[in-house]
Amino acid sequence: MECILGIRFNDFILLAADTIDSRSIVVMKHDVDKFFPLSKNLLMAVCGESGDTTQFSEYIAKNVHLYKMKNDYELSPRASANFTRRMLADSLRSRERYNVNLLMAGYDEVEKKAELYYMDYLASMMELPYCAHGYGSYFVLGCLDAYYKPDMSVANGYELLKRCIAEISKRFSINLPTFSVKLIDKDGIHDQEPIHARQLVI
Amino acid sequence: MSIMSYNGGGVVAMKGKECVAIASDLRFGIQLQTIGLDFDKIFQAGPKLYVGFPGLATDTQTVHQRLKFRTNLYELRENRKVSPKVYASMVGNLLYEHRFGPYFVEPVVAGLDANNQPYICAFDLIGCANAPDDFVVAGTCEEQMYGMCESLWKPDLGPEELFEVISQALVNACDRDAISGWGARVYVIEKDKVTVRNVRTRMD
Repeated sequence: MECILGIRFNDFILLAADTIDSRSIVVMKHDVDKFFPLSKNLLMAVCGESGDTTQFSEYIAKNVHLYKMKNDYELSPRASANFTRRMLADSLRSRERYNVNLLMAGYDEVEKKAELYYMDYLASMMELPYCAHGYGSYFVLGCLDAYYKPDMSVANGYELLKRCIAEISKRFSINLPTFSVKLIDKDGIHDQEPIHARQLVI
Repeated sequence: MSIMSYNGGGVVAMKGKECVAIASDLRFGIQLQTIGLDFDKIFQAGPKLYVGFPGLATDTQTVHQRLKFRTNLYELRENRKVSPKVYASMVGNLLYEHRFGPYFVEPVVAGLDANNQPYICAFDLIGCANAPDDFVVAGTCEEQMYGMCESLWKPDLGPEELFEVISQALVNACDRDAISGWGARVYVIEKDKVTVRNVRTRMD
Protein backbone atom coordinates (compact mmCIF):
# COMPACT_ATOMS: atom_id res chain seq x y z
CA MET A 1 0.00 0.00 0.00
CA GLU A 2 3.04 2.21 -0.29
CA CYS A 3 3.65 4.71 -3.01
CA ILE A 4 6.85 6.26 -4.27
CA LEU A 5 7.08 8.51 -7.27
CA GLY A 6 9.77 10.32 -9.18
CA ILE A 7 9.80 12.95 -11.91
CA ARG A 8 12.94 13.86 -13.86
CA PHE A 9 13.28 17.35 -15.33
CA ASN A 10 16.15 18.83 -17.33
CA ASP A 11 18.42 19.70 -14.40
CA PHE A 12 16.85 18.15 -11.36
CA ILE A 13 14.73 15.28 -10.12
CA LEU A 14 11.91 15.31 -7.61
CA LEU A 15 11.31 12.15 -5.59
CA ALA A 16 8.32 11.72 -3.30
CA ALA A 17 7.47 8.87 -0.95
CA ASP A 18 4.65 8.29 1.47
CA THR A 19 5.55 8.14 5.16
CA ILE A 20 3.34 5.31 6.34
CA ASP A 21 4.56 1.94 7.60
CA SER A 22 1.64 -0.44 7.90
CA ARG A 23 1.25 -4.14 8.61
CA SER A 24 -2.01 -5.46 7.21
CA ILE A 25 -4.74 -3.08 8.39
CA VAL A 26 -2.71 -1.35 11.11
CA VAL A 27 -0.57 1.77 10.61
CA MET A 28 2.56 1.20 12.71
CA LYS A 29 4.40 4.47 12.03
CA HIS A 30 3.47 7.79 10.42
CA ASP A 31 6.86 9.36 9.82
CA VAL A 32 8.94 6.76 7.99
CA ASP A 33 11.78 7.95 5.81
CA LYS A 34 11.89 5.77 2.71
CA PHE A 35 14.86 7.56 1.17
CA PHE A 36 18.44 6.29 1.26
CA PRO A 37 21.17 8.63 0.03
CA LEU A 38 23.92 6.74 -1.78
CA SER A 39 26.25 9.66 -2.39
CA LYS A 40 26.17 13.42 -2.73
CA ASN A 41 24.08 13.41 -5.91
CA LEU A 42 22.44 10.01 -5.73
CA LEU A 43 19.26 9.14 -3.85
CA MET A 44 17.25 5.94 -3.69
CA ALA A 45 13.60 5.64 -2.65
CA VAL A 46 12.62 2.11 -1.68
CA CYS A 47 9.36 0.30 -0.99
CA GLY A 48 8.45 -3.34 -0.53
CA GLU A 49 8.98 -5.99 2.13
CA SER A 50 9.98 -4.29 5.36
CA GLY A 51 13.40 -5.43 6.50
CA ASP A 52 14.46 -6.18 2.93
CA THR A 53 14.13 -2.47 2.14
CA THR A 54 16.59 -1.40 4.84
CA GLN A 55 18.99 -4.32 4.42
CA PHE A 56 19.20 -4.05 0.65
CA SER A 57 19.46 -0.26 0.60
CA GLU A 58 22.20 -0.17 3.21
CA TYR A 59 24.10 -2.87 1.35
CA ILE A 60 23.97 -0.85 -1.87
CA ALA A 61 24.83 2.43 -0.11
CA LYS A 62 27.86 0.92 1.62
CA ASN A 63 29.10 -0.66 -1.61
CA VAL A 64 28.79 2.65 -3.46
CA HIS A 65 30.76 4.28 -0.67
CA LEU A 66 33.38 1.50 -0.79
CA TYR A 67 33.90 2.12 -4.50
CA LYS A 68 34.60 5.76 -3.76
CA MET A 69 37.07 4.86 -1.03
CA LYS A 70 38.87 2.32 -3.20
CA ASN A 71 39.03 4.31 -6.43
CA ASP A 72 38.94 7.91 -5.22
CA TYR A 73 36.09 8.83 -7.54
CA GLU A 74 32.39 8.08 -7.37
CA LEU A 75 30.26 5.70 -9.34
CA SER A 76 28.07 7.53 -11.84
CA PRO A 77 24.28 7.26 -11.39
CA ARG A 78 24.09 4.92 -14.37
CA ALA A 79 26.82 2.66 -12.98
CA SER A 80 25.21 2.65 -9.52
CA ALA A 81 21.85 1.77 -11.01
CA ASN A 82 23.34 -1.07 -13.03
CA PHE A 83 25.21 -2.32 -9.97
CA THR A 84 21.98 -2.28 -7.98
CA ARG A 85 20.20 -4.14 -10.76
CA ARG A 86 22.94 -6.77 -10.83
CA MET A 87 22.65 -7.29 -7.02
CA LEU A 88 18.87 -7.57 -7.25
CA ALA A 89 19.01 -9.94 -10.25
CA ASP A 90 21.56 -12.20 -8.56
CA SER A 91 19.40 -12.37 -5.43
CA LEU A 92 16.32 -13.18 -7.53
CA ARG A 93 17.51 -16.68 -8.40
CA SER A 94 19.20 -17.41 -5.10
CA ARG A 95 17.93 -18.92 -1.90
CA GLU A 96 15.93 -15.89 -0.78
CA ARG A 97 15.20 -12.91 -2.98
CA TYR A 98 15.04 -9.28 -1.90
CA ASN A 99 11.47 -8.11 -2.41
CA VAL A 100 12.08 -4.39 -2.99
CA ASN A 101 10.91 -1.91 -5.61
CA LEU A 102 12.98 1.18 -5.95
CA LEU A 103 13.55 4.46 -7.73
CA MET A 104 17.05 5.78 -8.06
CA ALA A 105 17.64 9.43 -8.89
CA GLY A 106 21.00 10.98 -9.59
CA TYR A 107 22.63 13.96 -11.22
CA ASP A 108 25.58 12.95 -13.39
CA GLU A 109 28.19 15.69 -13.05
CA VAL A 110 30.24 14.47 -15.99
CA GLU A 111 27.40 14.15 -18.49
CA LYS A 112 25.61 17.12 -16.89
CA LYS A 113 22.22 15.53 -16.84
CA ALA A 114 19.64 14.27 -14.41
CA GLU A 115 18.72 10.57 -14.50
CA LEU A 116 15.88 8.64 -12.93
CA TYR A 117 15.92 4.84 -12.84
CA TYR A 118 12.93 2.63 -12.19
CA MET A 119 13.60 -0.88 -10.86
CA ASP A 120 11.00 -3.39 -9.88
CA TYR A 121 11.44 -6.35 -7.54
CA LEU A 122 12.37 -8.65 -10.45
CA ALA A 123 15.29 -6.34 -11.32
CA SER A 124 13.91 -4.98 -14.60
CA MET A 125 15.41 -1.52 -14.94
CA MET A 126 14.52 1.45 -17.14
CA GLU A 127 15.60 5.07 -17.26
CA LEU A 128 12.39 7.06 -17.40
CA PRO A 129 11.20 10.68 -17.31
CA TYR A 130 8.64 9.82 -14.62
CA CYS A 131 7.61 6.70 -12.79
CA ALA A 132 5.93 5.40 -9.66
CA HIS A 133 5.69 2.22 -7.60
CA GLY A 134 2.66 0.91 -5.79
CA TYR A 135 -1.07 1.29 -6.39
CA GLY A 136 -0.54 5.03 -6.60
CA SER A 137 1.12 4.52 -9.97
CA TYR A 138 -2.24 3.68 -11.53
CA PHE A 139 -3.48 7.15 -10.66
CA VAL A 140 -0.33 9.15 -11.17
CA LEU A 141 1.05 7.99 -14.53
CA GLY A 142 -1.95 9.27 -16.46
CA CYS A 143 -1.69 12.60 -14.68
CA LEU A 144 1.97 12.86 -15.61
CA ASP A 145 1.35 11.83 -19.23
CA ALA A 146 -0.91 14.86 -19.51
CA TYR A 147 0.94 17.57 -17.58
CA TYR A 148 4.65 16.69 -17.57
CA LYS A 149 7.12 18.95 -19.42
CA PRO A 150 10.86 18.36 -19.11
CA ASP A 151 11.77 22.05 -18.89
CA MET A 152 9.66 22.95 -15.85
CA SER A 153 11.12 25.04 -13.04
CA VAL A 154 11.45 23.70 -9.51
CA ALA A 155 8.30 25.51 -8.41
CA ASN A 156 6.26 24.18 -11.34
CA GLY A 157 7.66 20.70 -10.82
CA TYR A 158 6.62 20.82 -7.18
CA GLU A 159 3.12 21.92 -8.25
CA LEU A 160 2.98 18.97 -10.66
CA LEU A 161 3.94 16.65 -7.82
CA LYS A 162 1.17 18.18 -5.68
CA ARG A 163 -1.31 17.58 -8.47
CA CYS A 164 -0.28 13.91 -8.61
CA ILE A 165 -0.58 13.49 -4.86
CA ALA A 166 -3.96 15.24 -4.92
CA GLU A 167 -5.06 12.62 -7.44
CA ILE A 168 -3.90 9.80 -5.15
CA SER A 169 -5.60 11.38 -2.14
CA LYS A 170 -8.83 11.79 -4.05
CA ARG A 171 -9.08 8.38 -5.71
CA PHE A 172 -6.98 5.83 -3.82
CA SER A 173 -8.90 4.07 -1.08
CA ILE A 174 -5.92 3.78 1.29
CA ASN A 175 -5.16 6.91 3.28
CA LEU A 176 -1.64 8.24 2.60
CA PRO A 177 -1.72 11.52 4.50
CA THR A 178 1.82 12.78 3.94
CA PHE A 179 4.43 12.52 1.24
CA SER A 180 8.01 13.52 1.95
CA VAL A 181 9.76 15.14 -1.01
CA LYS A 182 13.40 15.43 -2.00
CA LEU A 183 15.06 17.38 -4.79
CA ILE A 184 18.27 16.13 -6.42
CA ASP A 185 20.34 18.44 -8.60
CA LYS A 186 23.98 19.25 -9.26
CA ASP A 187 24.34 20.69 -5.77
CA GLY A 188 23.16 17.52 -4.04
CA ILE A 189 20.09 16.28 -2.25
CA HIS A 190 17.73 18.88 -0.77
CA ASP A 191 14.76 18.32 1.49
CA GLN A 192 11.57 19.92 0.28
CA GLU A 193 8.39 20.78 2.17
CA PRO A 194 6.39 17.58 2.77
CA ILE A 195 3.06 17.48 0.97
CA HIS A 196 0.07 16.91 3.25
CA ALA A 197 -3.05 15.56 1.61
CA ARG A 198 -5.41 17.54 3.82
CA GLN A 199 -3.85 20.83 2.67
CA LEU A 200 -4.31 20.09 -1.02
CA VAL A 201 -7.22 21.41 -3.01
CA ILE A 202 -8.83 18.22 -4.25
CA MET B 1 -0.64 -15.25 -15.26
CA SER B 2 2.19 -16.74 -17.28
CA ILE B 3 5.74 -15.61 -16.62
CA MET B 4 6.38 -15.21 -20.33
CA SER B 5 3.51 -12.73 -20.64
CA TYR B 6 4.31 -10.70 -17.51
CA ASN B 7 6.07 -7.95 -19.46
CA GLY B 8 4.91 -8.65 -23.03
CA GLY B 9 6.56 -7.83 -26.32
CA GLY B 10 7.57 -9.40 -29.60
CA VAL B 11 10.58 -9.80 -31.87
CA VAL B 12 10.66 -10.93 -35.50
CA ALA B 13 13.58 -11.59 -37.87
CA MET B 14 13.50 -12.24 -41.61
CA LYS B 15 15.95 -13.23 -44.29
CA GLY B 16 16.31 -11.29 -47.52
CA LYS B 17 18.70 -11.28 -50.46
CA GLU B 18 22.14 -10.70 -48.86
CA CYS B 19 20.42 -8.84 -46.06
CA VAL B 20 18.57 -9.68 -42.89
CA ALA B 21 16.16 -7.66 -40.77
CA ILE B 22 15.21 -7.88 -37.11
CA ALA B 23 12.50 -5.84 -35.41
CA SER B 24 11.05 -5.46 -31.94
CA ASP B 25 8.33 -3.48 -30.24
CA LEU B 26 9.30 -0.89 -27.62
CA ARG B 27 6.84 -1.42 -24.79
CA PHE B 28 8.00 -1.96 -21.25
CA GLY B 29 5.03 -2.88 -19.15
CA ILE B 30 4.09 -4.82 -16.06
CA GLN B 31 1.02 -6.92 -16.75
CA LEU B 32 -1.56 -4.46 -18.01
CA GLN B 33 0.22 -1.25 -17.00
CA THR B 34 2.64 0.38 -19.47
CA ILE B 35 5.66 1.85 -17.71
CA GLY B 36 8.14 2.79 -20.43
CA LEU B 37 8.09 3.39 -24.19
CA ASP B 38 11.74 2.88 -25.12
CA PHE B 39 12.50 -0.69 -24.10
CA ASP B 40 14.24 -2.07 -27.15
CA LYS B 41 14.68 -5.80 -26.81
CA ILE B 42 17.33 -5.96 -29.55
CA PHE B 43 21.04 -5.62 -28.81
CA GLN B 44 24.10 -5.55 -31.02
CA ALA B 45 26.41 -8.54 -30.65
CA GLY B 46 28.77 -7.82 -33.54
CA PRO B 47 29.19 -5.44 -36.49
CA LYS B 48 26.58 -7.38 -38.50
CA LEU B 49 24.98 -9.45 -35.76
CA TYR B 50 21.96 -8.54 -33.67
CA VAL B 51 20.01 -10.49 -31.07
CA GLY B 52 16.60 -9.91 -29.53
CA PHE B 53 15.34 -11.22 -26.18
CA PRO B 54 11.56 -11.06 -25.84
CA GLY B 55 10.13 -12.41 -22.61
CA LEU B 56 10.63 -11.43 -18.97
CA ALA B 57 12.29 -7.98 -18.92
CA THR B 58 14.71 -8.72 -16.10
CA ASP B 59 15.94 -11.81 -17.95
CA THR B 60 16.21 -9.79 -21.19
CA GLN B 61 18.71 -7.57 -19.39
CA THR B 62 20.45 -10.38 -17.49
CA VAL B 63 20.86 -12.74 -20.48
CA HIS B 64 22.14 -9.88 -22.62
CA GLN B 65 24.74 -9.04 -19.97
CA ARG B 66 25.78 -12.69 -19.47
CA LEU B 67 26.14 -13.22 -23.21
CA LYS B 68 28.11 -10.01 -23.58
CA PHE B 69 30.51 -11.36 -20.98
CA ARG B 70 30.93 -14.61 -22.90
CA THR B 71 31.38 -12.96 -26.29
CA ASN B 72 33.88 -10.49 -24.84
CA LEU B 73 35.96 -13.42 -23.56
CA TYR B 74 35.59 -15.22 -26.90
CA GLU B 75 36.80 -12.16 -28.79
CA LEU B 76 39.74 -11.71 -26.46
CA ARG B 77 40.83 -15.35 -26.69
CA GLU B 78 40.15 -15.92 -30.40
CA ASN B 79 41.09 -12.43 -31.53
CA ARG B 80 38.16 -12.31 -33.95
CA LYS B 81 34.53 -11.27 -33.89
CA VAL B 82 32.02 -14.00 -33.16
CA SER B 83 30.15 -15.34 -36.18
CA PRO B 84 26.34 -15.77 -36.19
CA LYS B 85 26.39 -19.57 -36.04
CA VAL B 86 28.85 -19.62 -33.15
CA TYR B 87 26.90 -16.91 -31.34
CA ALA B 88 23.67 -18.86 -31.76
CA SER B 89 25.41 -21.91 -30.35
CA MET B 90 26.54 -19.85 -27.33
CA VAL B 91 22.99 -18.64 -26.75
CA GLY B 92 21.64 -22.19 -26.82
CA ASN B 93 24.37 -23.35 -24.49
CA LEU B 94 23.72 -20.57 -21.95
CA LEU B 95 20.02 -21.34 -21.90
CA TYR B 96 20.43 -25.11 -21.52
CA GLU B 97 22.88 -24.62 -18.66
CA HIS B 98 19.81 -23.38 -16.79
CA ARG B 99 17.62 -26.24 -17.92
CA PHE B 100 15.97 -26.68 -14.50
CA GLY B 101 15.73 -23.02 -13.56
CA PRO B 102 15.51 -21.31 -16.94
CA TYR B 103 15.79 -17.73 -18.06
CA PHE B 104 12.37 -16.67 -19.29
CA VAL B 105 13.42 -15.33 -22.68
CA GLU B 106 13.10 -16.74 -26.22
CA PRO B 107 16.09 -15.26 -28.07
CA VAL B 108 16.14 -14.38 -31.77
CA VAL B 109 19.51 -14.06 -33.52
CA ALA B 110 19.91 -12.30 -36.88
CA GLY B 111 23.12 -11.57 -38.74
CA LEU B 112 25.25 -11.84 -41.86
CA ASP B 113 28.02 -14.41 -41.85
CA ALA B 114 31.51 -13.93 -43.30
CA ASN B 115 30.22 -14.38 -46.88
CA ASN B 116 27.41 -11.89 -46.27
CA GLN B 117 24.84 -14.66 -46.34
CA PRO B 118 21.87 -14.09 -44.03
CA TYR B 119 21.46 -16.20 -40.89
CA ILE B 120 18.53 -16.20 -38.49
CA CYS B 121 17.88 -18.42 -35.51
CA ALA B 122 15.29 -18.56 -32.74
CA PHE B 123 15.34 -20.44 -29.43
CA ASP B 124 12.84 -21.52 -26.86
CA LEU B 125 13.55 -20.72 -23.23
CA ILE B 126 15.70 -23.80 -22.70
CA GLY B 127 17.84 -23.37 -25.78
CA CYS B 128 16.30 -25.44 -28.57
CA ALA B 129 17.56 -23.82 -31.76
CA ASN B 130 15.53 -23.34 -34.91
CA ALA B 131 17.36 -21.85 -37.93
CA PRO B 132 14.99 -21.78 -40.90
CA ASP B 133 15.29 -20.21 -44.33
CA ASP B 134 12.52 -17.63 -44.09
CA PHE B 135 11.60 -15.93 -40.81
CA VAL B 136 11.49 -16.45 -37.05
CA VAL B 137 9.17 -14.91 -34.46
CA ALA B 138 9.05 -14.85 -30.66
CA GLY B 139 7.10 -13.13 -27.93
CA THR B 140 3.54 -12.79 -26.69
CA CYS B 141 2.28 -11.93 -30.18
CA GLU B 142 4.10 -14.76 -31.96
CA GLU B 143 0.93 -16.39 -33.27
CA GLN B 144 -0.18 -13.11 -34.84
CA MET B 145 3.31 -12.64 -36.25
CA TYR B 146 3.33 -16.14 -37.77
CA GLY B 147 0.19 -15.26 -39.69
CA MET B 148 1.53 -11.91 -40.90
CA CYS B 149 4.95 -13.25 -41.88
CA GLU B 150 3.53 -16.26 -43.70
CA SER B 151 1.36 -14.01 -45.86
CA LEU B 152 3.84 -11.22 -46.52
CA TRP B 153 7.25 -12.88 -46.77
CA LYS B 154 8.73 -13.87 -50.13
CA PRO B 155 12.22 -15.19 -50.81
CA ASP B 156 14.99 -12.85 -52.05
CA LEU B 157 13.57 -9.54 -50.90
CA GLY B 158 15.86 -6.53 -51.24
CA PRO B 159 16.66 -4.35 -48.22
CA GLU B 160 13.93 -1.77 -48.87
CA GLU B 161 11.22 -4.35 -49.51
CA LEU B 162 12.38 -6.39 -46.52
CA PHE B 163 12.03 -3.31 -44.33
CA GLU B 164 8.44 -2.81 -45.53
CA VAL B 165 7.53 -6.46 -45.06
CA ILE B 166 9.00 -6.82 -41.57
CA SER B 167 7.52 -3.50 -40.40
CA GLN B 168 4.02 -4.41 -41.57
CA ALA B 169 4.31 -7.87 -40.04
CA LEU B 170 5.39 -6.56 -36.63
CA VAL B 171 3.06 -3.57 -36.48
CA ASN B 172 -0.09 -5.44 -37.45
CA ALA B 173 0.71 -8.36 -35.16
CA CYS B 174 1.31 -6.01 -32.20
CA ASP B 175 -1.96 -4.22 -32.89
CA ARG B 176 -3.77 -7.46 -32.11
CA ASP B 177 -1.94 -8.04 -28.83
CA ALA B 178 -2.76 -5.89 -25.82
CA ILE B 179 0.68 -6.19 -24.21
CA SER B 180 2.86 -5.58 -27.28
CA GLY B 181 3.37 -2.44 -29.29
CA TRP B 182 3.79 1.18 -28.18
CA GLY B 183 6.33 1.82 -30.93
CA ALA B 184 8.70 -0.39 -32.91
CA ARG B 185 12.33 -0.39 -33.97
CA VAL B 186 13.57 -2.14 -37.12
CA TYR B 187 17.18 -3.02 -37.92
CA VAL B 188 18.06 -3.85 -41.54
CA ILE B 189 21.51 -5.41 -41.79
CA GLU B 190 23.22 -5.30 -45.17
CA LYS B 191 26.78 -6.11 -46.13
CA ASP B 192 28.03 -2.54 -45.86
CA LYS B 193 25.66 -0.87 -43.39
CA VAL B 194 23.02 -1.31 -40.74
CA THR B 195 19.94 0.92 -40.86
CA VAL B 196 17.92 1.46 -37.72
CA ARG B 197 14.47 2.97 -38.09
CA ASN B 198 11.74 3.74 -35.59
CA VAL B 199 8.31 2.79 -36.88
CA ARG B 200 5.14 4.54 -35.74
CA THR B 201 2.51 2.22 -34.37
CA ARG B 202 -0.79 2.63 -32.53
CA MET B 203 0.21 4.00 -29.13
CA ASP B 204 -2.06 1.84 -27.09
